[in-house]
Amino acid sequence: MNGGMTDNAKRRGVPLIDGVEKVTGRARYTADLEHAGALVGRIFRSPVSHGEIVRVDVSKARALEGVVAVVTGEDCPHTYGVLPVAMNEYPLARERVRYRGEPVAAVAATDAETAQRAIELIAFEVRELPAYYTSAAARAADAVQLHANKPGNLEREVHHEFGDLRAGFAAADLVREAQISCAEVNHAQIEPHACLADYDPLTARLTIQSVSQVGYYLHLMLARCLEMDTARIRVVKPFIGGGFGARVEVLNFEIISALLARAAAGKVLMQLTREENFLTHRARPQTDTRLKLGMRRDGRITACECEVVQRGGAYAGYGIVTILYAGALLQGIYDIPAIKYDGYRVYANLPPCGAMRGHGGVNTRHAFECLLDRMARELGLDPFAVRRANMLQAPTRTLNDLMVNSYGLAECLDKVERASRWRERIGTLPAGKGLGMACSHYVSGAAKPIHWTGEPHAVVNLRLDFDGSITALTGAAEIGQGSSTMVAIAVAETLGVSLERVRVIAGDSALTPKDNGAYSSRITFMVGNAAIDAAAKLKSVLVAAAARKLEAREEDIECTAEAFRVGAHGQSSLPFIDVVKAALVDRGPITISGSFSCPPEAQGGKHRGGAVGSTMGFSYAAQVVEVSVDNATGLVTVDKVWTALDCGHAINPLAVEGQVEGSVWMGMGQALSEETHYVNGLPAHASLLEYRVPTTVESPPIEVAIVESHDPNGPFGAKEASEGALAGFAPALVNAVANATGIELNELPATPDRIMQALVERRRAARLAAAQEAAS
Amino acid sequence: MQESPQPRKRLLRVKLNGRWREDAVSENQFLVDYLRDVVGLTGVKTGCDGGECGACTVLLDNEAVPSCLMLAARCEGRTIETIEGVAAQGRLDRLQRAFHEKLGAQCGFCTPGMIMAAEALLRRNPHPTAAEIRTALSGNLCRCTGYVKIVESVQTAAELTQ
Repeated sequence: MNGGMTDNAKRRGVPLIDGVEKVTGRARYTADLEHAGALVGRIFRSPVSHGEIVRVDVSKARALEGVVAVVTGEDCPHTYGVLPVAMNEYPLARERVRYRGEPVAAVAATDAETAQRAIELIAFEVRELPAYYTSAAARAADAVQLHANKPGNLEREVHHEFGDLRAGFAAADLVREAQISCAEVNHAQIEPHACLADYDPLTARLTIQSVSQVGYYLHLMLARCLEMDTARIRVVKPFIGGGFGARVEVLNFEIISALLARAAAGKVLMQLTREENFLTHRARPQTDTRLKLGMRRDGRITACECEVVQRGGAYAGYGIVTILYAGALLQGIYDIPAIKYDGYRVYANLPPCGAMRGHGGVNTRHAFECLLDRMARELGLDPFAVRRANMLQAPTRTLNDLMVNSYGLAECLDKVERASRWRERIGTLPAGKGLGMACSHYVSGAAKPIHWTGEPHAVVNLRLDFDGSITALTGAAEIGQGSSTMVAIAVAETLGVSLERVRVIAGDSALTPKDNGAYSSRITFMVGNAAIDAAAKLKSVLVAAAARKLEAREEDIECTAEAFRVGAHGQSSLPFIDVVKAALVDRGPITISGSFSCPPEAQGGKHRGGAVGSTMGFSYAAQVVEVSVDNATGLVTVDKVWTALDCGHAINPLAVEGQVEGSVWMGMGQALSEETHYVNGLPAHASLLEYRVPTTVESPPIEVAIVESHDPNGPFGAKEASEGALAGFAPALVNAVANATGIELNELPATPDRIMQALVERRRAARLAAAQEAAS
Repeated sequence: MQESPQPRKRLLRVKLNGRWREDAVSENQFLVDYLRDVVGLTGVKTGCDGGECGACTVLLDNEAVPSCLMLAARCEGRTIETIEGVAAQGRLDRLQRAFHEKLGAQCGFCTPGMIMAAEALLRRNPHPTAAEIRTALSGNLCRCTGYVKIVESVQTAAELTQ
């Protein structure tokens, strides 16, 4: 690696390259874009949870002065979706509505008031059908099917078994089971969904600027739903105010905006309300997990049997992948000789679920780490010792054929154990205080893309021109996670130039190479490697030019701190700009492409669904959570969190810390207070007051330690850093509550009412036992 | 003569980011919509359906207020400051610099409101404790940072004042 950055910058990291725009208010998010003359888009949504559409009468809306376009399901006979095998959703409902809030029609008008009046003039007649709001109700024998081809309202059943389960349980000294449920949660990214669609009827071209994490999927679905040539569509990503998975799937309002723009022959700005953001949903499903583990007296896990039921909502979305992840990610973190998994993804009359940070793995990990702790307590083992008894040895392949080439979990455990002074403090805390811990992991990018094309998994283009500036062009969506900064660092470091020389343009289909986008924490690993590849190719062009100028052999040319010389201590040196000029003489302005692909051996097992969970490398995390539990109110306060994350190598330590803090904290929201709540399908949680995202006051200090296990295939050895630590928080908190109170909580979130109920039940049981003892 | 369906407007005089100006506003127009749509100050963000998230926080006579709950007409003759008025003479203000350098901003959407809320705090309390910072920012939601680096940024900015 060359010295593009100072040692200090390498050690502590650098601010985001787009940070100044953000702190000055200059950054333009979708709703901030210039939209003079744009019409206002609004959506009419189903007032019922389930029904056959009898009539959608938009004639009065259409007749209202100021209304320019109205579209309904009639205007788009094509389904869309994120998985090519499961596209069962229309942008605007046709024949049937399946959840309250499902888009039925949309208007574009000259102003917001007119658009709203037009929405109120739409007549909607529907023949109601029975609606199901729980997995159990939807799976009942006599339940009406939401989708004709899905009997039992099951989107997908998964049955996987690896190793000898019977022998595993037979070898155990202790076998225990737990039934744990996690409430549905939402991304609640602070920027509401928005989209600016511009259709030019004279050239038949569509330009769409939207909040998408994957512009490429949006591009494909727009072409499909509008029956347009992909070459006539341009997808541009402005600044994006957070994603967390909410914007990986193409969302109905994006296609609706495009339909409206075409119908209106102009520009339409669609801004969803916060309530509509909750209706659009696509987040982590309500999940029931039944888990059974076998353990030897020394803490060694001998077998694992797990059943997961996810309430997926009304449409397929990402469902198949989510239910597969829930099983696949039982593996890759501990050495377990036998694993059986049964997964059920269920349809219900609620907004569709989708991908959310830690996709698929979070709720299973929660159940696993809670039960592991309970069994450790029963066997009198320390929670750290139990984890250490089950470490993997890298390199290895898991039972389900996932690749593990680097594994820093043991070091993560050491770090948080020391930082929290676990050994000195556990068992000695005052009443109502507790410590808990847990581990977690996550993929550094899904090794097999959803839309399989055979192309490289990531491509980065570099431009170098007479001005000496280097422009990196990437389709990877910068959504606040720092991916553009990561690309700039990878290029600058590889070339040995200063960071300021590199500009990154991200996410514009007219300029940047296609990218699979910001999901499954793939960007650092895949796009980072592609950026290094491109920079290395550019460097060889520059080295050749420098060698000619210096009359030396290419292999003797060194480039550090923007100077080329012969040998590391060569007398004569050439400044970067002179070498650029020499290189341009031959070929003019330079554009060079770099790429990266995950090799076939990284793409998972041959069993059905075996590609899900496959990755080039897992990140690993351990954390300790300290809580206080108020035994009069049931309020759990998180006093402090210590986290360690193995991200292989921290390309930008400052950003890694930020991502770890953010993911731990998002896990805390799910653990403590966040949950959706539907009343007959009506979301009663659909504001940021009812949906309780933790504020500064409830949020603890979070100490982060970075562990670097140097993955052999990662860019500079790096792996992902944005998701791995999330899943460990909730179980660490529940284990800390158990440590403080003795309560074994089987439900998330750990709200005061749930804690109080558990405390009251325990007191009642204690009184009953005392009374029985007195009577005998 | 046809009657326009739009509500009738009135003239509003405010001192905005150091300069007096006059604009026609509707009686029912919220301050956030005046700032964004009439003046073009899109650094003021809308993140919720009213009073939930703090992204639209501006200073009104030195006090941090959610501009989505304030009618523009109520601001007659008053002083309004937004994120756009913070940087001066081509330099970042102390809070902007600290939020940038300490990664107090990730996606950046809550950042303008967060900085304005922090600015109001530092004006009335130049050396706040971590707990005072947390209380002052409790109406501003951030979904990226876990607030750790936001609190650090405000502490750093307070030190820069010295």
